[in-house]
Order: sequence, then C-alpha cells, then structure tokens
Amino acid sequence: MESGENAFLTAFQLIVGMDPVLTGIVLLSLQVSLSAVLIAALIGLPLGAAIALWRFPGRGLLITLLNAFMGLPPVVAGLLVYLLLSRAGPLGQFGLLFTPTAMVIAQCLLVLPIVAALTRQVVEDLWNEYAEQLQSLGASRLRSIPTLLWDGRISLVTAVLAGFGRASAEVGAVLIVGGNIDGVTRVMTTAIALETSRGDLPLALGLGLVLMLLVALVNGAAFLMGEAARRRAG
Amino acid sequence: MSRLELPVSLLPLELREVGFRHADQNLLDGVTLRLGRVGKTVIMGPNGAGKSLLMRLCHGLLRPTSGSIVWHGAGRLGVQAVQHRQAMVFQRPVLLRRSGRANVEYVLALRGMGRRERRRLAGEALERFGLAAIGDRPARVLSGGEQQRLALARAWALRPEILFLDEPTSALDPAATKAVEDAVQAFHEDGTRIVMSSHNLGQARRLADDVVFLCRGRLLEHTPAEHFFTGPASAEAAAFLRGDLVW
Repeated sequence: MESGENAFLTAFQLIVGMDPVLTGIVLLSLQVSLSAVLIAALIGLPLGAAIALWRFPGRGLLITLLNAFMGLPPVVAGLLVYLLLSRAGPLGQFGLLFTPTAMVIAQCLLVLPIVAALTRQVVEDLWNEYAEQLQSLGASRLRSIPTLLWDGRISLVTAVLAGFGRASAEVGAVLIVGGNIDGVTRVMTTAIALETSRGDLPLALGLGLVLMLLVALVNGAAFLMGEAARRRAG
Repeated sequence: MSRLELPVSLLPLELREVGFRHADQNLLDGVTLRLGRVGKTVIMGPNGAGKSLLMRLCHGLLRPTSGSIVWHGAGRLGVQAVQHRQAMVFQRPVLLRRSGRANVEYVLALRGMGRRERRRLAGEALERFGLAAIGDRPARVLSGGEQQRLALARAWALRPEILFLDEPTSALDPAATKAVEDAVQAFHEDGTRIVMSSHNLGQARRLADDVVFLCRGRLLEHTPAEHFFTGPASAEAAAFLRGDLVW
C-alpha cells in the first residue's frame, strides 16, 4: 500500500494530467447532478411558490412532509427508486435501472424537497410584503408566481445551491440505482468509496479533491453573483 | 386637458351600511357614503379610525362583512374593468427588485400591453413625474420620496379613473411631500377621481374638495371641505381640528 504523501502526489498528477478515467467520472458526476438539480428546480421553484401562495386543506401536512424529506437518507431514496425501476416494479418496463437516468431520478428525489421547502419559505416572506400591492396592480396569484420568484432570486440561488451540494455529495442513492458500473454509472462519490476500499488511494484522493474544488467553485461563484445582485438591486 | 374621455364611467361609488368585523371587533360599522365622478376626497380621523380599512374595502382588497359596495358603472363595464380602472398608492410603496422603468412596464404588461407600447407609456410616466433621469436605477435604491413618486408614476401609467392614496406622505420630508401633493393635483387635472387619507391637517386643507371624517369605525361627517374646516358638525371632528386627543 502506498504512503499518504505519495498518494497525494499521484492524485495531483492525475488531476493535472487530465487522466481520462478521472475526467470521465468527473464529467458523468456533473452531468447527473446538474440534470437532477435542473429538473428539481424547474419543479421545485414553482411548486414551493404555489404552496406559499395558496391555502388548501392538508397544506400544513404537506409543508411538514417537505421539511422532513429535506433530510431523507439517500439510501432510502435510492431504495425507493430501485423498487420503482426494478424489473418487477411499476416502471420496470423502461429498463432504466443501472443507467445515469435512474441516478438523475434518485438525486432529483433528494433535491426536490430542499428546493421546494426553501422556496416556500422565501416566497411566503416576500408574499407577506407584496400581496396587497400585487393584488392592487391586478396581478393574479398565478401571475404573481414568476414575479415573486424573480424578486426572490438572490435567496433562491442559495436554495438551488443547497440542492446541488446535496446531489453532488451523496453516495447511497446513486450507488443503489446506478450500481457503480465502470464507465457507465461510476460517479465521483461511488468511485471514492470503491477505490478507498480497494486501496487505490490516489484515484480516491484525486476525485475527492476535484469534488471539493467543484463544490467550492460553484458556491464561490454563487456568492459573488449574489453580492453583485445585492449591490445592484438594493 | 382630460385623458379620460370615457364613454361609461365607473363612478359614482356607493357604500351602503358597510361594516367590517374582525376578531369580534367592529372595525368599521354602518358606513354609508357616495363618491361622485370628480373631486378630491380626503379621509380624516384619528389613528385606528378605519381610514386605511375604508380605502382597502373600496379598492377591493378586502370584502366587507356587512353592507355592500356598488360601482355604478360595474354592470355595463364588467368585473375586470372595475379592477383595471382603479389604482392605489400605499403608505410604503412595494417596488419590485428591478429598475424603476421596469416597475412601470410590469404593470402595463399585466394589462396585456405590447412591448413597444409599454416602453412608450413607461417613458411618458417617468417623464411626467421627473423620474426620467433615474428611471434605469434599481427601484429599491431610490430615496423614499423618489420611491413614492415612482409608485405614483406607476399608477399614472395605468390611467386610473379613481386613485386611492393611503397616507402617501406620512413617511416623507417636506420637499417630497410637496412633490406628492403636486402629483395628486396633476392626477386631478387629468380627470382622475382622488380619494386620499391623511392625518395632516395642512395637507387636507390644501387638497380636499370634500372631507370624510371617521372616528372609531363610524363615519361622522361627509361635507365639503370649507364646511368641515370652519364649522364641523360633530364634537369629535371639532376636537380633532383643535388638536385635542380623540379616540
């Protein structure tokens, strides 16, 4: 087994040399997590806003459930999607199990409650301030949704980022529904888990570094965007 | 010059025995009032008299719990026109997090207006209220007085037949207050019916054609301004004008 120091060195060489195996894994990870976050945002932003604006029976229960699902263990999400997509499951006929699509679905399930619950909170606060004015101007509730989402954009970027953080960091769901198949469904987190257990520390470390760097970069960019927007929009 | 050569008018507005009850309290009780087609009505009264509530009921933001509010033109114009021909300026305007110009264009978009028409009318409205130079700044970074003027420009772009103003100058300095009063006058000259609440006697004297005096949720007087200020009918209004505490 290699020493820790050597592992670091090799890891750097893998990154700097754009090692094809490592690059492939990184790109697939990004593709899966970004797709999941995009879909979750497209559903979660309007859904959260709608829950904020309308009063209906069972609303309290729905909000409680959303908040609870923010902490849904990834392995449980993976298990649920596995049951849905497995040969005997209701969606088994599509043969999606152990494909990147299955991983996107599973991560979407993890991200959606985060985006929807945080959006609900942000939009409800805005609505308290805006409701009368928008009603006076003649905006229906439905028409108010895009207006409120746009005016809450600075806070909502953070909500979507929290979703991205969750998607890119989780192992359990993608491992169960993806199967960690080399070159097909192997992403950064599953690869790190596997390579560590096999003793290939350089690849694991290299992937770990890339993962941290990516998350830091995305959050840094969002922070700067938020600051710029805050200065501009007041 | 009148911009409002409307074949059918929404006004007069008639309130019949209007009451509003909330949490076992009568916040407004038995208000009967008729507002004609022209003029500037100032609603006066001590804090908590129900001035803001009365305007919100008229504007349709709230529904009365008893009595009825009738727009005489509603039958011929339809429900949507009733809403589209009114505007309201609040004590603290809520401006969207975008430029002043975009704030005005937004309400025109709500009326289904095309992009070119929106740009033209928004430009006109900003010009009218002396905001053309700062119209492209984010609305939220404007000063309090500029924000209120932007709210007025936004309302003006809608060409309302009636404009409600809820204590529009209570948070402003004298210069900004003057600008708002001038704007109210401009609306009036363009033929817009003005209904405004104020606890500022000087302002009411400057602007009012007639005064509605509320006290503890009841309408005590609705008289021409000169009558109200020289010889109020109710003891409460007389005390209010003297500057005594009325509640």
